[in-house]
Amino acid sequence: MAIKDLTRDLTKRIASSHIKWSLIIFFVILLFNFIFTPNFFHIEIKNGRFYGSIIDVFNRAAPVMLAAIGMTLVIATGGIDISVGSVMAISGSIAAVLIAKMDVPFWMVLCLPLVFSALLGAWNGLLVSYIGIQPIIATLILLVAGRGIAQLVTDGQIIVFEHPPFEFIAGGSLFGLHFPIIISFGVFLIILFLFKFTALGLFVESVGGNSEASKYCGINAGRIKLVVYIVSALCAGIAGLIAASNIKAADPNTSGDGLELNAILAVVIGGTSLNGGKYFLVGSVIGALIMQSLTTTILTMGVPVQVTLVVNAIVVLVVCLIQSKNFRDILAGIFKLDFRGLLRRMPLKGGNK
Amino acid sequence: MKLSFSINQKYLSIIATISVFVILYIVSCIVFEGFFSEMVFINFFIDNAFLGISAIGMTFVILSGGIDLSVGSVIAMTGVITATLVEQAHLDPLIVVPIALLSGSFLGLLMGCIIHFFDAPPFIVTLGGYFLARGIGQVISLESLPIYHPFFQFFIMEGIPIGDTVIIPYIVVIFLVLFVIAVYVAHYTRFGRNVYAIGGNIQSARLLGVPIGKTRVGVYTLNGFCSALAGIVYTMYTSGAWSLSGKGFELDVISAVVIGGTLLSGGVGFMAGTMFGVLISGIIQTFITFQGQLSSHWTRIVIGVLVFIFILLQRFFSSLPVSSKATRVTYASMREQAELTK
Amino acid sequence: MIESTPILQVKSLSKSFPGVKALAGVDLSVWTGEVHALMGENGAGKSTLIKLITGVYRRDQGEIIYNGEKVNFSSPREAQEKGISTVYQEVNLIPTLSVAENIFIGRFPPEGVKINWKSIKKSAEDSLKKLDLCLDVTQPLSSFPIAIQQMIAIARAVDFQAKVLILDEPTSSLDAKEVNLLFSIIRKLRDDGLGIIFVTHFLEQVYEISDKITVLRNGLLVGEFETQSLPRLELVAKMMGKDLEEFENTEKKLDSAVQVNGNRKNGKSFIQIRGFGKKGMIYPFDLEINKGEVLGLAGLLGSGRSEMAKLLFGIERADKGKIYIDKKAVSGSSPKFSIKKGMGFCPEDRKTSGIIEDLTVRENIMLAVQTRQGLFRKIAKKKQDEIVAQYIKALNISTPSPEQKIKNLSGGNQQKVIVARWLASQPRLLILDEPTRGIDVGAKAEIQKLILKLSREGMSILFISSELSEILRCSTRIAVLRDKVKVAEMMNQDIDESAIMQAIAEEDNGN
Repeated sequence: MAIKDLTRDLTKRIASSHIKWSLIIFFVILLFNFIFTPNFFHIEIKNGRFYGSIIDVFNRAAPVMLAAIGMTLVIATGGIDISVGSVMAISGSIAAVLIAKMDVPFWMVLCLPLVFSALLGAWNGLLVSYIGIQPIIATLILLVAGRGIAQLVTDGQIIVFEHPPFEFIAGGSLFGLHFPIIISFGVFLIILFLFKFTALGLFVESVGGNSEASKYCGINAGRIKLVVYIVSALCAGIAGLIAASNIKAADPNTSGDGLELNAILAVVIGGTSLNGGKYFLVGSVIGALIMQSLTTTILTMGVPVQVTLVVNAIVVLVVCLIQSKNFRDILAGIFKLDFRGLLRRMPLKGGNK
Repeated sequence: MKLSFSINQKYLSIIATISVFVILYIVSCIVFEGFFSEMVFINFFIDNAFLGISAIGMTFVILSGGIDLSVGSVIAMTGVITATLVEQAHLDPLIVVPIALLSGSFLGLLMGCIIHFFDAPPFIVTLGGYFLARGIGQVISLESLPIYHPFFQFFIMEGIPIGDTVIIPYIVVIFLVLFVIAVYVAHYTRFGRNVYAIGGNIQSARLLGVPIGKTRVGVYTLNGFCSALAGIVYTMYTSGAWSLSGKGFELDVISAVVIGGTLLSGGVGFMAGTMFGVLISGIIQTFITFQGQLSSHWTRIVIGVLVFIFILLQRFFSSLPVSSKATRVTYASMREQAELTK
Repeated sequence: MIESTPILQVKSLSKSFPGVKALAGVDLSVWTGEVHALMGENGAGKSTLIKLITGVYRRDQGEIIYNGEKVNFSSPREAQEKGISTVYQEVNLIPTLSVAENIFIGRFPPEGVKINWKSIKKSAEDSLKKLDLCLDVTQPLSSFPIAIQQMIAIARAVDFQAKVLILDEPTSSLDAKEVNLLFSIIRKLRDDGLGIIFVTHFLEQVYEISDKITVLRNGLLVGEFETQSLPRLELVAKMMGKDLEEFENTEKKLDSAVQVNGNRKNGKSFIQIRGFGKKGMIYPFDLEINKGEVLGLAGLLGSGRSEMAKLLFGIERADKGKIYIDKKAVSGSSPKFSIKKGMGFCPEDRKTSGIIEDLTVRENIMLAVQTRQGLFRKIAKKKQDEIVAQYIKALNISTPSPEQKIKNLSGGNQQKVIVARWLASQPRLLILDEPTRGIDVGAKAEIQKLILKLSREGMSILFISSELSEILRCSTRIAVLRDKVKVAEMMNQDIDESAIMQAIAEEDNGN
């Protein structure tokens, strides 16, 4: 009885929430794989670690997921951060140079890139909140200049290194899980709780919803924005460390290329509006997983990898259509679609007897 | 005197752009011997013809209050289509070029329709276009495709001679002709003014009877056409095409437009500003080439810094008091009128 | 020249939106050469009616007869081309375009591909001249004051060979002089033979300019009246849908409440302001507000009322002067600081500075309490629910649930949520800037009563309003502002409306 109520309550909450569409898409992709891709859900344990396509999805989604988490908060304040790819490249490059060219302790290899990322985030935040530049232009500056800075750090070279402790970041495992999964979900939980159990979340939504009114409520919008841009850059910085550790090298030219677009896409798939206001961190995480699972599906099915781009385009189209009020009105007009009604009637009947 | 100054308000930004170009040019000419030559000057145009053509389309998009992230991908896609059809299918370039132009325009049309009819954010829709065009390009071919057809050589090797030794290649002529048409369209046609209007305030524009749909869809179609043309010019310029080329190119284009004084929020800007924005990025590249010791990544850093400076300048200009002489006089006379009619 | 039919006739027009019957069987007749006022509270259906006439919405039933023909416009543009032009409350022009372009955008003369800027400029100047306006039409619209922009909008509307001109609350953001100027233009247009529909909230203006009044209530037609033969009180009663007597009774009740209030004037001082001012906003002023006192701020729009409040609350930073709270000097000026010191501020513009549309009623109420608590001490959900339930009840906010998004509430209820937001933070001084503007008469009375109740409980209130009668009814003392200077301060008992008006208008008398 209690479980039935709980399930119903949960279903109801999901059905009425913004993340229902992303959940549905994710499950459709998984279902597709369940039927058509053999061994997609097959998980085996090698060297005390889980392996398998589904694990791979979570592992590879880590950088986009991290960037999307930070991006969600930035977008919630009504901003956008298109510099994350460049920040990721800079962070990786600094780490690589520190390892390969300088003799510094390991904790500094971890900290310095992140400190520098945070500074870059603060720069973005200052431009947006205190100088009042439109977010897309403010972060465009760093996007354009940032890759130049990364190239400057490595002197235009791809720096290769060997450093077992650092390689653990991407190659290691904890509790049988790949370390990037631990990192990305760790960051996700920390931020989720940080914003939920302080008033930060409410203030972020309030600033994004109406910055002027927030000012009248005594909320320092500038400081809130500063915080989210720093968080976003930090997330990108962590992603940079993972990427550098993964290929045991820093490539200032291609590392984080297009990360900003993938992250924004993940956020939008997750149901957060680009206009700011309400945000859905869980949705963004699912959004990142959707994109990675699509890529993995295409790869495991033996389709050329370049088709992924076309599939991505279709995902964008679907997201645009689903979020478009006009489209839903048209759809509702044609099919008299009663989604909640359908959900209430269909899936619960058999499940919990 | 005062009156002319007050009218200048909206020209301040473009004057700043032109000043930066002139200063950079003079400084370069002083620093480097041989910088001050027809050849170098024409090279600004040759090296940046495709950037300029794309920037013209992007200026319309940004003026309308939108953005288009797909341009780099469309350039790669049309390049690959052109190269494949000419070199592998052995079609006549006179058939291939229209096909390439149509494919770019069609993608623009498609994005414009989605943006307008489903009221979807341009940023996301054109992100879809970015993936789609890049994907189509890569599905057609992952190889770097050279083009040997004389048709394409012609546009880069031949041109209008000026003086004895220097010619203006036809790709530059294409760029300049398109530029003149664009200035005309932006300032003297209904379509152009409607673009400014919807960029200024789309809700008001709707109530004022501006055809929103036609204009928005038109803008993205036009930009698709410009991107496709830029792609063809790019294949002429590099004598080849590659589906991975033009990565991050949309940024260069947007930067050039912003440096040209067009506000990313829409409604304010000049086509001529974009021309100078393109020339400024050209001059920076040439400067770094002439200097010889600076590595090429300085180009991006300098452009980033310039974008920053320009945005600060624009903010400064827009914070200047608006009470110019012309408007104040009018208001005073209104007040008198009010007294009279009482 | 007596015409037998109206230029515009609306017959039993109906329109429903999902869940709401917005308009049911409404008639309206507008004749040439008359100003026809359209009155009604919020939600009465005024704007729906306008939108049906101009083709923004499609009607469900009824017919519109214009110029002797049945019409069915599909867009405002079509309506405009046929001669029905609309000027809206917010100036719906393009601020970045020039004045001339704003008059011609969307309808450039049809000849040729190329726009002939010379002739455009000339025609723009001509059409402005018709309204006795003379200005540089090449300047961007944004460089002119709102009133001029409004008149440019009218010039554009009239330029369409308009036969019917609809003015949808055009005077909301204008000061008295500008309103006069606008009215002289409206009279001129009326004498030229236009039929003018004038939508407004201001009673005085209706009586000053209109010939006939049509009153709507809850989507229904109350009736059409000759302005001259309809007393004001009766008009208000018709708009409210209350019996005249009942209405007078409430007024009396309120008045007697005030009498009690007015006598309690010698409270202890809560806040003293000495020489507070900021260049370009307001000249230095002194002000003292006692505990449990309602201090009314009177003055015209733009006289510095809102500026005074903003400075006091720290929205803008003062460049000189000092504040003493409980006789102690305080330093620092930011909204957050003011909230910590026990102030609250309901700003004038509810939509842009009050509500946060996408947040729920609960979240909107909790914001000020939360900032008072600080960022890291989040109030538990249970506690939140208690507070919210308490104020929804106390202020009689009608919302299906605390988790409803605030944008789905009516204007009056939104205003109450904002008031609840500040009450929940338990302020010692509450600043109310036009709390009753744009909300229906019922909610208005409730808020006035609330002000009196709160002051009786010991809260200090700074009450800003354009309506003198409202200020007189609620305040213990009244401060008057003129042209950014505080010019007078008087006790409520000593004065009446004419005394305040004299203070406001002193300069004009001197001439």
